[in-house]
Amino acid sequence: MAIDGIGAAVRRKEDYRFLTGQGNYTDDISRPNQVHAYFVRAQAAHAKIVRIDTAKAKAADGVVAVFTGADMAADAIGGLPCGWLVKNKDGSPMQEPAHPVLAVERVRHVGDPIAVVVAETLAQAKDAAELLDIELADLPAVVGLVDALKPGAPAVHAGGNLCFDWHIGDADQVAAAFKNAYKVAKIDLVNNRLIANPMEPRAAVGEYDRATGEYTLFTTSQNPHVIRLLMGAFVLHIPESRLRVVAPDVGGGFGSKIYHYAEEAFVTWAAPKIGRPVKWTAERGESFMSDAQGRDHVSHAELALDKNGKFLALKVSTLSNMGAYLSTFAPAIPTYLYATLLAGVYTTPAIYAEVKAVFTNTVPVDAYRGAGRPEAAFLIERIVDIAAAEMGMDRVEIRKRNFIPTDAFPYQTPVALQYDSGDYFATLAGAMNAIDYAGFEARRAAAKKVGKLRGIGISTYVEACGIAPSNIAGALGARAGLYECANVRVHPTGSVTLFTGCHSHGQGHETTYAQLIAERLGIGLDQIEVSHGDTNKIPFGMGTYGSRSLAVGGTAVVKALDKIVDKAKKIAAHLLEAAEADIEFKDGKFTVAGTDKSKSFGEIALTAYVPHNYPLETLEPGLDETAFYDPKNFTFPGGAHICEVEIDPDTGVVKVVDFAACDDVGRVVNPMIVEGQVHGGLAQGIGQALMEECVYDDKGQLRSGSFMDYTMPRADDLPSFKVSTAITLCTHNPLGVKGVGEVGAIGSPPAVINAVVDALKDYGVRHIDMPATPQKIWAIVNGGHRMAAE
Amino acid sequence: MYDFAYHKPATVADAAKILAADGDAKALAGGQTLIPTLKQRLAKPSAVVDLSAIKDLAGISVAGGKVTIGAMTRHGDVAASADVKKALPALAALADGIGDPQVRNRGTIGGSIANNDPAADYPAACLALGATIKTNAREIAADAFFLGMFETALKPGELIVSVSFPIPEKAAYVKFGQPASRYALVGVMVAKTATGARVAVTGAASAVFRWSDAEAALSKSWNAASLDGVKVSPDGLNSDIHAAADYRAHLVGVMAKRAVATAG
Repeated sequence: MAIDGIGAAVRRKEDYRFLTGQGNYTDDISRPNQVHAYFVRAQAAHAKIVRIDTAKAKAADGVVAVFTGADMAADAIGGLPCGWLVKNKDGSPMQEPAHPVLAVERVRHVGDPIAVVVAETLAQAKDAAELLDIELADLPAVVGLVDALKPGAPAVHAGGNLCFDWHIGDADQVAAAFKNAYKVAKIDLVNNRLIANPMEPRAAVGEYDRATGEYTLFTTSQNPHVIRLLMGAFVLHIPESRLRVVAPDVGGGFGSKIYHYAEEAFVTWAAPKIGRPVKWTAERGESFMSDAQGRDHVSHAELALDKNGKFLALKVSTLSNMGAYLSTFAPAIPTYLYATLLAGVYTTPAIYAEVKAVFTNTVPVDAYRGAGRPEAAFLIERIVDIAAAEMGMDRVEIRKRNFIPTDAFPYQTPVALQYDSGDYFATLAGAMNAIDYAGFEARRAAAKKVGKLRGIGISTYVEACGIAPSNIAGALGARAGLYECANVRVHPTGSVTLFTGCHSHGQGHETTYAQLIAERLGIGLDQIEVSHGDTNKIPFGMGTYGSRSLAVGGTAVVKALDKIVDKAKKIAAHLLEAAEADIEFKDGKFTVAGTDKSKSFGEIALTAYVPHNYPLETLEPGLDETAFYDPKNFTFPGGAHICEVEIDPDTGVVKVVDFAACDDVGRVVNPMIVEGQVHGGLAQGIGQALMEECVYDDKGQLRSGSFMDYTMPRADDLPSFKVSTAITLCTHNPLGVKGVGEVGAIGSPPAVINAVVDALKDYGVRHIDMPATPQKIWAIVNGGHRMAAE
Repeated sequence: MYDFAYHKPATVADAAKILAADGDAKALAGGQTLIPTLKQRLAKPSAVVDLSAIKDLAGISVAGGKVTIGAMTRHGDVAASADVKKALPALAALADGIGDPQVRNRGTIGGSIANNDPAADYPAACLALGATIKTNAREIAADAFFLGMFETALKPGELIVSVSFPIPEKAAYVKFGQPASRYALVGVMVAKTATGARVAVTGAASAVFRWSDAEAALSKSWNAASLDGVKVSPDGLNSDIHAAADYRAHLVGVMAKRAVATAG
């Protein structure tokens, strides 16, 4: 029997269910006798709540209850907690303002929930919501990062708008290096705010069983155990033993479904009060103003070079927007997932970065696909191109001259991380070959003949996945562990169910994990089921984010399989009357070395559960093992992305005409899934570079509040990608895997912008902030609107 | 969605009667604007008068130098019509570029014109081709029909029955899609007719308009180069996060030239 193990490009087991509309999403779940919640949200970005009169709404048809922040406060409900505490430069704690589930006294961003109407039907809830008498007194709002830190700026919280002022690296060493610089490249840039926009909007159903005292929350989460912990312990004070959190099929997350949100806390809190299940599903418009948003940095950076183009030192100053409240992991993103990556793939010996996190009257910001690493890659790869221009050097040559040599791993960067493996020359060569880099100038000349401006841009990046280990993260402010858990349950007939703490919401875990098990146990994929998302089934888990599912979750699976095989060998040794040391396990068979005596995996499983001929004195029956794995280090995927664009100078439209990505994601388990992950990431990265932008006006109103104004990339915006891998193995996990979920979104934005700047080089352009929209490009080409470019 | 009465009359006369009697009633054609508006509670009509059961409102005919399209004809049917493709290919192409397949399968020419969205495509065709809009009461020249943003010459209880497009010598419609919605940020329809060139611009201003300077230039000499140096003023043009007025004004010129080039 051929086994679809590691390396097989098998089709995804889950696709049949998804493609035939048989997925089971949170909104598909309706509980008997349920009622519907409608959230009334702030229309103003900053206002004092003067009065909320609920009497008329409560009396309306079908209304079951109306709740406000005062009701939750009266119940001593905690605020939504922040899961990562960052310290200021002087060691003092950051400002951690309360984040009430429903606003109390003040609303701080458009979309901030003020009240909830619960009714028999959603339409009745909405009708009643219009009867709420809410008086808000507008306060001046602050939106821009730079504005928020100016003296006299409206204060989002009593403690002012500075959340923390943090730094990393050696400022003195950097200052000394700049004194000796031959040239200094400088850049001011913005990393544009994005909205994740997963296909499935958030939803939650809360239920309470009076007989057992158990709460159940069905929710659109990437990490149900984390929600159980945060909501149970910090918000609602429910012991985990009486709180079940289920994240069923989830239609994409991209980070935005990591966090603990007000709505899921509310429906869980309200269910016993009302005595009926409470359901809420976001409308798309609510998603735009209540899902955590991504990116939003303003940075200044300077790179010192010697006369040979070697990087001497990098200094970076970044303002990072937190929005109006701290989302669950917000402080970690612009610090430990951004500034620690500022060495990139280069040997820059001295780096200093300071990051100020800032409150504004906007929707909270947190991790979005890539989370800090795209911001780092964009800054580095832009300033490297600027450095090449300043030095009059070739953009490939300056990169190669500064790459961390392939024989220099493990490589300690000046900003805390130690890269275990990589070969940046190999991935660069792979991408250059794929796109025919050498033939570019001929293509540029051909484009020019038909009036088009063609450009090519390179990005060579590294990122960090599987954030770990727990003890170091804890020392840096994490309030959660960063391990993963796997439970491999072998059934009596030899089929297997894996219970994993990593939730799958588009990543293909049900197939990839099954391939790991098939490879190890020598059984078919049809004998393996992967279960995730239910805290009553899964022992524990930290969930899916930061491309950790294979490097961390997959390693936990391997560890559990180790235990299964160890025990199975003991059973086989007993049955085969041989010493355990003489048992070999291969292709699903346990064999006594050097003989033809063997037992199949199925026979061993049956014996474990029907232990008639079994060493009961020394071995427990059953074949069911759990492992927790806490990684020693991050993994470090890297690679090279090369983008070729063509600009229509008459309209300013940038067309991505070709794109090559050669990534090192470590060992590849399913090449088709890996390719799909890269495609999706590239679409989002190109979206950020050319299209997507969350825009607020100066009063904090969301101007890009629907798909009518927020530009999502579409299939016809994208070329046919040239995706390949050139791998080095991770040295500290048994599979040698690194992670692929985010590489596309991390490597691609600077490749696109570098290509756009290259296409416009005759116009004296050094930099263009994302997104490079047609209007911005046209303004540059036509010499107007100089603010669009430097 | 708020509660409303629902009517599904079988004749134009019955529909008109209901609409005339109730100023807060709304006609429902393809529903591509009205239904989302209702769902978002942005409109609260007392009644919705569904026109889909009225026979003879849909259909396409080509005769007497005109293409006549019934008000309830779906965009997809216009786009796919062999008769339209042969007689007035620019109109079929325009219909084929409206929205997405779902919109084209539901949306109607009558609904589009009666709504007069500033970024709709069909109003540009009506103006540039000098169409005649036939209602249950009268015939209205396109030049007198589109009054302003979401505003037309239609009176309460007046329903579009059909639209007749004189077949021009040449015509083409080219639009620049708003990046997010892909509605026309700027759309320009040009037509070469026996009485001269006509140029209509949609998306750029509060409502569709004719660009007389371009018409004069093209009437003198029908080719894209005739528009060199002919500029539309950005004053009064729309300005939003996707395009400031000066960029829109520029795009009007570019789209007009491309339309002339496409028309040949």
